[in-house]
Amino acid sequence: MTRALSRAGAVLRSHLVLAVLGVVVIVAVLTAVGDFRAVQLTQMAYLGIAAGGLTVLTGLNGQISLGHGALMAVGAYTTALLLQDDEPMLPLLGVLVAATLVTLVVGAAIGVAAARLHGPYLAGATLALAVAVPGIALYFGDTLGGEQGLRVRVPDAPDWVLDLAFFVTGQDLTPSKYVAYLGWFTLVVAYVGLANLSRSRVGRRWRAVRDDEVAAEVAGIGLGRARVSAFVVSAAAAGAAGFVMAVSVRLAAPSGFSLTLSLTLLTAVVLGGLGTLTGALAGAALLTFLPDVITDAGVSAGLDDIRAAELAPLLYGLVMVAVILLAPSGLVGSLRTAWHRLGHTTSKGEPS
Amino acid sequence: MQQFVNTVLGGLTLGMVYAAFALALVLIWRSTRIVNFAQAPMAMVTTFIALQIIEAGHSYWLGFAAALLAGLVLGAVVERVLIRPVEGKAEINAVILTLGLFIVIHALAAVIFGNRYRSFPAAFGIRGIEVGDTTIALTGFGIFTIVAVLVVMGLLVLLFRFTDVGLRMRAAAFNQEVARLLGVRVGRMLTLGWALASLVGSLAGLLIAGGSLVHPGYMDSVVVYGFVAAVLGGLDSPGGAVVGGLLLGLSLSLVSGYVGSQLVALAALAILMVVLLLRPQGLFAQGRERRV
Repeated sequence: MTRALSRAGAVLRSHLVLAVLGVVVIVAVLTAVGDFRAVQLTQMAYLGIAAGGLTVLTGLNGQISLGHGALMAVGAYTTALLLQDDEPMLPLLGVLVAATLVTLVVGAAIGVAAARLHGPYLAGATLALAVAVPGIALYFGDTLGGEQGLRVRVPDAPDWVLDLAFFVTGQDLTPSKYVAYLGWFTLVVAYVGLANLSRSRVGRRWRAVRDDEVAAEVAGIGLGRARVSAFVVSAAAAGAAGFVMAVSVRLAAPSGFSLTLSLTLLTAVVLGGLGTLTGALAGAALLTFLPDVITDAGVSAGLDDIRAAELAPLLYGLVMVAVILLAPSGLVGSLRTAWHRLGHTTSKGEPS
Repeated sequence: MQQFVNTVLGGLTLGMVYAAFALALVLIWRSTRIVNFAQAPMAMVTTFIALQIIEAGHSYWLGFAAALLAGLVLGAVVERVLIRPVEGKAEINAVILTLGLFIVIHALAAVIFGNRYRSFPAAFGIRGIEVGDTTIALTGFGIFTIVAVLVVMGLLVLLFRFTDVGLRMRAAAFNQEVARLLGVRVGRMLTLGWALASLVGSLAGLLIAGGSLVHPGYMDSVVVYGFVAAVLGGLDSPGGAVVGGLLLGLSLSLVSGYVGSQLVALAALAILMVVLLLRPQGLFAQGRERRV
């Protein structure tokens, strides 16, 4: 018992050490880059948070969701509704918590229904969710702003944050960088939470349900409860991601939460390899930084801007198809297998 | 009253298209246990082929036939090259694969044909027919839609019921092992099934496009409605898919006419969830309970 506890403590400690290292890297990187890159990095952060939630759901629990874009919309619209006035009633952190909680509740309702579905049925139902949610914003145009969406008024950084930022980095904190820090700190907290959960009893249950329903049930695991809890956790991450997105884009509009966003998240998860948080983050990085490179290449190859912009999704789609056909454990998973073949050993199948 | 009649007529016309699309999904599901989410962009791309031909000055019907033929070929190629390796593997692989294909075809069409809205011609009038002195919402093209879907369904019934190939295809879908032992080339039958399904999907795409605007995403919501219609019918039964399509077209038309067109997709989601949770075997299936 005490040994188990101390092992759990060691895992927690190692995650916390990684988190502290992550924070150091984040501060170093955000100090070094300009505002434009900071905005891009914020995009990577929210894609990473949502993809992290999705990878837990799909990779660890075996449920697929094409509706995470819709769940991000819930988080983003909650954020926007709470940040309408110049003097918001909640501090920014409170808004983050509220957006996460609201999405969590919505996710629980969807999760209860989704827990009874599997494979293509679940994919179809969540696909319908992704297509349906933007319509709600249009229908309730008076409160939710219709096609134009809702503007998000991001409050200025408090003085102590400005002072602290100047003390640590020696620079004045610009609004874009403030939001970038917010996004990345949210990501660190979310990832530590997800990593701890997946190494805990809860995470073992999720994997047991994924691998063999009958065996899991015989071992006394409630299938429904395990599935719903995975969906709820994953939805909460999507809600937090929606918050970061809304604060960064300063707008919550239906066009931002199209089917494309949901498919993009799935792409990030598949590219990174199902079930690892590092993979999800790597996928998010690819989705953020690759499009510019590819679009530029397309423009210099003679395509007009709009067509060149479609080259990036084309490449993702092709890689996604190739990954499923050639390397079903994803890019990171395949690299890891190759690493093992070379004679190195690390703990297997755990998200890191 | 007139609005109600028009809503119902519009719903039935749209329902026929959903029925065709659902039928395409069902044909594939029966033989390979895969829901082909890429059906929508596959139909979209064949519609663009028709549009290119028509805009080049050829007749509407040449474009129409070319699109159907392209659908046939595309379905066969997709099955043979991409789907064959994941048949019988974990179902999540096939789902992700068809979604990857969804993204690929989408992006490819946008690169080749451009990402703007283009108008697609209709073969027949798209103004309401006049009965007495009121104009009803049934258009010439609407009648053509209904007839075209009925003809294709009739041909499929003839194929499956009365021909040798149809019998082999049914055997391959029913039990691959046994069919193989009886000398059926199961692989070929699956390819043929995907080809036919893709043809039916292309037909649905052409019928939705007729007299309206097309762009690379115009079929995206139709795959949802087709899926809901197929599930309404039990996902396994071609007849059920047709009835499901009509029911869904009617319900969505009523929602659109009386509640708000923005909530159509939400209504489809609600119908889907109710069916899946209360009657997962579909409205018309008899026999064993099925897990969804």
